[in-house]
Amino acid sequence: MNWDWSAVGDFMPHFWDGLLVTLQALALGSLIAFALGLVWALLMRTPTRWVRWPVGVVTEFVRNTPLLVQLFFLFYVLPEWNITFSALTTGVVAIGLHYSTYTMQVYRAGIEGVPVGQWEAATALSLPVRRTWTAVILPQAIRRVVPALGNYVIAMLKDTPMLMTITVLEMLGEARLYSQQHFQFTEPLTVIGVAFILISYPASLLLRALERRLVR
Amino acid sequence: MTSGLWELVLKGIWVTVQLLFFSALLAGAVSFVVGMARTSRLWIVRFLAGFYTEVFRGTSALIMIFWVYFVLPLAFGWQLVPMWAGTLALGLTYGAYGSEIVRGALNAVDPAQREGGIALSFTPWQRMRLILLPQAVPEMIPSFCNLLIELLKGTALVSIMGMGDLTFSANLVRLALQQSAEIYTYVLLIYFVIAFLLTRVMRGLEKRLKAGIGKEPERGASQRELRRAESTGVGAGAGAAGGGA
Repeated sequence: MNWDWSAVGDFMPHFWDGLLVTLQALALGSLIAFALGLVWALLMRTPTRWVRWPVGVVTEFVRNTPLLVQLFFLFYVLPEWNITFSALTTGVVAIGLHYSTYTMQVYRAGIEGVPVGQWEAATALSLPVRRTWTAVILPQAIRRVVPALGNYVIAMLKDTPMLMTITVLEMLGEARLYSQQHFQFTEPLTVIGVAFILISYPASLLLRALERRLVR
Repeated sequence: MTSGLWELVLKGIWVTVQLLFFSALLAGAVSFVVGMARTSRLWIVRFLAGFYTEVFRGTSALIMIFWVYFVLPLAFGWQLVPMWAGTLALGLTYGAYGSEIVRGALNAVDPAQREGGIALSFTPWQRMRLILLPQAVPEMIPSFCNLLIELLKGTALVSIMGMGDLTFSANLVRLALQQSAEIYTYVLLIYFVIAFLLTRVMRGLEKRLKAGIGKEPERGASQRELRRAESTGVGAGAGAAGGGA
């Protein structure tokens, strides 16, 4: 095994470019996942079966099929329907949509975890439905689910390398490009592997600390 | 689509199923060995098992696959057959997630059970085999079911390395037909059906195992959802709370 430090040095500028794209995709993807997940969770609580049933089927379908194929679907099929996005936008939408079906479950668990007495109190005070949700239920529910949502952000981080397949130059994309140009595979791939550990491990420690503060 | 293209898709399904089977076996073995090692009395065993888990959970499965395909042959001179390279990368990564499930379930067994084993002077291995595992394994099944679905979704990644799985065959069909909507819809449906069948099988297994220790399946499902991120596909953070909460 021969390790070439100068290759690491040459790769680093590309690495920072890739990291920036990865973090962009992660931040935007998380926003979509958090917002859309809440929408799904609320739709699943509407009284009519005609809303719950389709939402349930669609989210179950998205959750149980590979993100990679969904990426290809959006990237290749949408242009056929004359809808064109940039590769990064497509990737962000795919990741956000995919993970919204997970965060939906988290929100649901959080909402179910709010004690029944809170609902009853809201009814007793004759709060309108909207106020009940925004002032009573959601603030308590979301507080409980922040650590679980954070865990999905880390999961999303580890799925961003897939964006490489639709030509987004995030970390893995940059590493592959560099490897193909310089025929050095070991260094760039190892650097980004270590980078992922260096990001996700402290992030998970942070979440654990946050969990101790927020939950109970 | 012509019948030749359908044959391609069928071959792809077969490769995906094979890969799923082998990597699930490897991941299962890794998760039990590492998970039990994390409850060991020796700190060095606990440390090594913990280190393994953090490293493999910390990186992305796709990067592991790249590493096994490109770096292993260069660095160590091991050129693996694609099937085994894919199995190795997926099995080791998902095994690390699985080890958290095993550890969480073992820790969730009532401490009195372990103490009872000590009082009856069982050896540590007897305690594990006769007391802890029979009670912990049924609790692991729902989490392992989720992990199995994640693994199924993970198998799609090997197509990037040119292994002829279902996703790869879908890409070939797209190139042949120059249209994507139809084939990708079919492929998503096929993945969904496989995932559905796996869920059914695991439900049945859970029912049988739980009946064996006199419990009902599916309790506290919503609490489990809060934990799910930790046991399937996520950063190092399961902490002391993982698994059977």
